Amino acid sequence: MHQTPLYDTHVAMNGRMVEFAGWSLPVQYPPGPTLEHQAVRTAAGLFDIDHMGQFELRGPDAELFLQYIQVWDIARMQVDEAHYSLLLYGDGTLVDDIFLYRRPDHWLIVVNAGNRSKDLAWLQANTLGFDLTLTDVSDTTCMLALQGPKAEQILQRLTGADLSQFATRTSLATQVAGVELLIGRTGYTGEDGFELYLPATAAVDFWQTLLATGKDDGLLACGLAARDSLRFEACMPLYGHELDARTNPLEARLGWTISWGKEFVGREALLKVKMEKPQRLLIGFEMIDKAVAREHYAIAVNNQVIGHVTSGMKSPTLDKFLGLGYVPGEYSTIGTELDILVRDQAKKAKVVKRPFYQPRYK
Amino acid sequence: MSDYKIDATAYYAKTHEWVRMEDDIAVVGVSDAAQDMLSDVVYVDLPEEGREVQAGEAVAVVESVKAAEDVLAPISGIIVAVNTELADNPEFVNEKPYEAWFFKLQPKDLAAELAQLMDAVAYEKFTEENAH
Repeated sequence: MHQTPLYDTHVAMNGRMVEFAGWSLPVQYPPGPTLEHQAVRTAAGLFDIDHMGQFELRGPDAELFLQYIQVWDIARMQVDEAHYSLLLYGDGTLVDDIFLYRRPDHWLIVVNAGNRSKDLAWLQANTLGFDLTLTDVSDTTCMLALQGPKAEQILQRLTGADLSQFATRTSLATQVAGVELLIGRTGYTGEDGFELYLPATAAVDFWQTLLATGKDDGLLACGLAARDSLRFEACMPLYGHELDARTNPLEARLGWTISWGKEFVGREALLKVKMEKPQRLLIGFEMIDKAVAREHYAIAVNNQVIGHVTSGMKSPTLDKFLGLGYVPGEYSTIGTELDILVRDQAKKAKVVKRPFYQPRYK
Repeated sequence: MSDYKIDATAYYAKTHEWVRMEDDIAVVGVSDAAQDMLSDVVYVDLPEEGREVQAGEAVAVVESVKAAEDVLAPISGIIVAVNTELADNPEFVNEKPYEAWFFKLQPKDLAAELAQLMDAVAYEKFTEENAH
């Protein structure tokens, strides 16, 4: 199992280590998932997300290639901009969801931990005829996330860069706590915050410095459970749950990421889905009967199974039992009543608006 | 080494339920080790009063941020009370596991079944060997 440079630090902090996508990571620290979640909504949280993969793409054909291999129109991206995007197979289903950073002399592609080798192979397999270099820099880069309404004031104490002028979905190469690193004003929690890319060798000291700096602001180290509940409330999809190689972006409600005015792998198949309308749609639902809807539970109407749950939990912020799942389009209207089969018992739910929690970016 | 709290007056099942006698009524909950392994509890599904249950039968469900786990009846009997307070305050299971009882049973075959359970000393040893 892979370990991040912070493995020993997590163990020393009594992090509860679990296996996630081949990595040993803390699912929680002693405060527990609920308090860690609340810290990010009201103050700040620090996450070790070094399991995420990072690739650097450079060379004369880098932009041409990237335009072709993913769905977002990167010609619209200025230097220092960052944007969410998707890699699709030829049949329009999802290889992965990714984040792109346009740097002055290269592109940074951030991918999901569980898809790292698959993505690299997929990208490499499509580079034929393009003059470029694709490098997996995941092992030498440590990726952390500092998220929450107090993230800016905490980070500001450690850097000369003026973070008040640092816009959401842009990146900045600067020095923080004496470490040269790249910061993205990006995240996966629905709060303002930063993702940090630093040399793996600096990770342990940097982590301790950040935690000490934010202690009086209420900064907590956060585990995977809080990361999942935070992204869930903001209805950000998680590959392996809402997204996979059998799912297309239109049914996953990611149509907003598609730049139809350019060519990209999967476009033709996806256009067909668009014309014929997706067979199923991702919905958000709220339990009317009290119960926790969990992944893989069946969704039914009139005793007929019509779909399944992809993620579900009690929302710590909203104090409601909520879920995400796929159902045929005719059951996706807000207010539609559905049954969730919880341990063979039908529990009533209704379709509600997504996201459950409106992200609060700067 | 176990850092878990143990109620010295209770008996314990291998599945981490505790049972404590209050006069001739058996009170059932889940142990400190169980709540810790579950992580934050968000919902408790309780049985109906009057239901007759067998030892080892799944009677309640405790839902945490991590998973849904059955709570088994440590002994056989008839359910005479359920702790409705847990419906609104599931966090009590984490905060005070030996007060946050789930249900009370009128035992059927108490002496024989209690003998099948662990006492506090045996349970402490058991959690040291089996928890985590």
